[in-house]
Amino acid sequence: MNSIEVRNIAKSYGDITAVRDVSLRIRSGELFGLIGPDGAGKTTLFRILTTLLLADKGDAKVCGMDVRKDWQEIRRISGYMPGRFSLYQDLSVEENLQFFATVFKTKIEDNYELIRDIYVQLEPFAKRRAGKLSGGMKQKLALCCALIHRPRVLFLDEPTTGVDPVSRKEFWDILFRIKEQGITILVSTPYMDEASRCDRIALMRDGVCLRMDTPDAICASFPHKLWSVCATDMYRLLLDIRSFEGTYSCHAFGDQHHVIFKDEAQDTAMLMAYLVSKGHREIQIKPLQPAVEDVFMNYREDEL
Amino acid sequence: MNNIRILRLLLEKEFKQIGRDSLMPRLIVLMPVIQLIILPFAANFEMKNVNLAIVDNDRSVVTAQLTDKIISSGYFRLTALESSYENALPFMENNNADIIFEYPLAMEKDLGQEGSVTVSITANAVNGTKAGLGSSYLASIIRQYNLEQTLSTATAPVQIKSTHLFNHHLDYKAYMVPGIMAFLLTLIGGFLSALNIVAEKEKGTIEQINVTPVPKSIFLLSKLVPFWIIGLILLAFGMLTAWVIYGFVPVGNILTIYLFAAIYLIALTGLGLAVSAISTTQQQAMFTMFFCAMIFALLSGLFTPISSMPQWAQTITLFNPIRYFVEVMRMIYLKGSYLTDIADHLLIVCGFAVFFNAIAILGYRKKRG
Repeated sequence: MNSIEVRNIAKSYGDITAVRDVSLRIRSGELFGLIGPDGAGKTTLFRILTTLLLADKGDAKVCGMDVRKDWQEIRRISGYMPGRFSLYQDLSVEENLQFFATVFKTKIEDNYELIRDIYVQLEPFAKRRAGKLSGGMKQKLALCCALIHRPRVLFLDEPTTGVDPVSRKEFWDILFRIKEQGITILVSTPYMDEASRCDRIALMRDGVCLRMDTPDAICASFPHKLWSVCATDMYRLLLDIRSFEGTYSCHAFGDQHHVIFKDEAQDTAMLMAYLVSKGHREIQIKPLQPAVEDVFMNYREDEL
Repeated sequence: MNNIRILRLLLEKEFKQIGRDSLMPRLIVLMPVIQLIILPFAANFEMKNVNLAIVDNDRSVVTAQLTDKIISSGYFRLTALESSYENALPFMENNNADIIFEYPLAMEKDLGQEGSVTVSITANAVNGTKAGLGSSYLASIIRQYNLEQTLSTATAPVQIKSTHLFNHHLDYKAYMVPGIMAFLLTLIGGFLSALNIVAEKEKGTIEQINVTPVPKSIFLLSKLVPFWIIGLILLAFGMLTAWVIYGFVPVGNILTIYLFAAIYLIALTGLGLAVSAISTTQQQAMFTMFFCAMIFALLSGLFTPISSMPQWAQTITLFNPIRYFVEVMRMIYLKGSYLTDIADHLLIVCGFAVFFNAIAILGYRKKRG
């Protein structure tokens, strides 16, 4: 059964088209990731699905309910965590949680099981005002407040943006545990490395959905052979690889460069010889398994 | 039933937030006290110490008598006594004279022979109020003098005796204080409610509320009720201040004031709500409200009498809710008007309440939910 169905949704703000044409089907109990850079239309899609915004075209259903007609019912069964911290900063941790529990006509005790793992970390600060919490703690409180009524669908708009790597990892671990409770999760992120933690992902860019599949399938579908290259002077290396006539594309990925050759059958020896002639030292060229980010970067390359 | 529970929860949250605000509670208490202490004294239109230069071309008994009379009225301070207009003019140019009063040559003689003379009053209109009031004081002193002269010729005199009804000593403060209270309630009802809602928009918290099953109408109501209550408490503060400092107690019924104030606040919070519907930042809301408040205040009759405004401005005041509240406050405070006397005003303000709130509802309905 599909928990979220999006059909040909489009939305523009004046001249700016935020979402051009997006269709998605998210299964019940799935941890689904919307992956894309800033401005891809992720937040707009979230706002449409959480009934905060009306789409110009297309229709969408959450748990079988129409976002246009059954918005009141959808609000009851979904939890939403906007990208920006939007709890009451001048209320304490406890008061915020109590407030949202009451608003959803439930009690903290009723669903305490669901948030216990997260809330125990917040408990020492229960009396502290939400505005005075650290960034990671704010995220956890926001998640608690979005979960307190045990929603059937959880919408998380860039929950890990601006959060340190350790807290990010922790946050994803939490998401897994929530998923185990049978809650469908739609999460967006600009971080490609988080994509692999989702059951399925959709790659979004410029208001369209490029691909939708499992992270593995998306990586496996990468149409090229990928190489990783590194040497001592990485920046000069990048420029030199790009100037090499056999190079199709070359991108910097952390401490290595990901390279695709025009001729897939090409031997790396030619590049090696070229780079040696350019005076590079400690050159390493290794075959590489493509990741989601490679797929994403390659989309742009293939279009050019 | 459920909605009432949610409203109670939201109100509890509002009051917690207002109470935790570092500035608001102090502002709410201090604002009426300070405004009521400072403004009535400062915004005093009674003119004293009008600087007067007299040009006496005659230097006779008559002119000496009249000069004495003018000085002893207490409104004027004689800064120069010159023998020609040319000599007196520099005093005005240097701001040492607000009015030049000139007796004609051979005034006593002409008065005796022809029975009338023309004196001239030249007023420095840079400060229009001072010039206008000074001139009219002067004119009334001369009129008085004329009457006395007529009296001595034994023809039946017409005595003009003016009595200031309802404010016997023409105390400007008795007139200002009730009006300022009306203005205070306007600030609370309009400004604070608008800013409070827009603050939630700015912080994004409204987004989080919007995805909950809380109906929008209940949410908005939770924004209005606190300022409604604060406004009425403020009114009590204001009346208390007026009593402690000036000894003013409304001649009419306090409950009538409260009834009117309650409806007035509904109208004004409706205006605030309408402004908040079109604003996305506190800056926008502040500026819009400030614009409205400026016009409302200047056209309310609080500082200048409406009857002395040009006709078109008088027409505009008909659409100004503050105008009615200021009038009602003065009527009840000074005249002791009854509910039946202010029925028209009450009806009009009810109209405003419906109108502003309807606009606000339309403004919010355009958007989802």
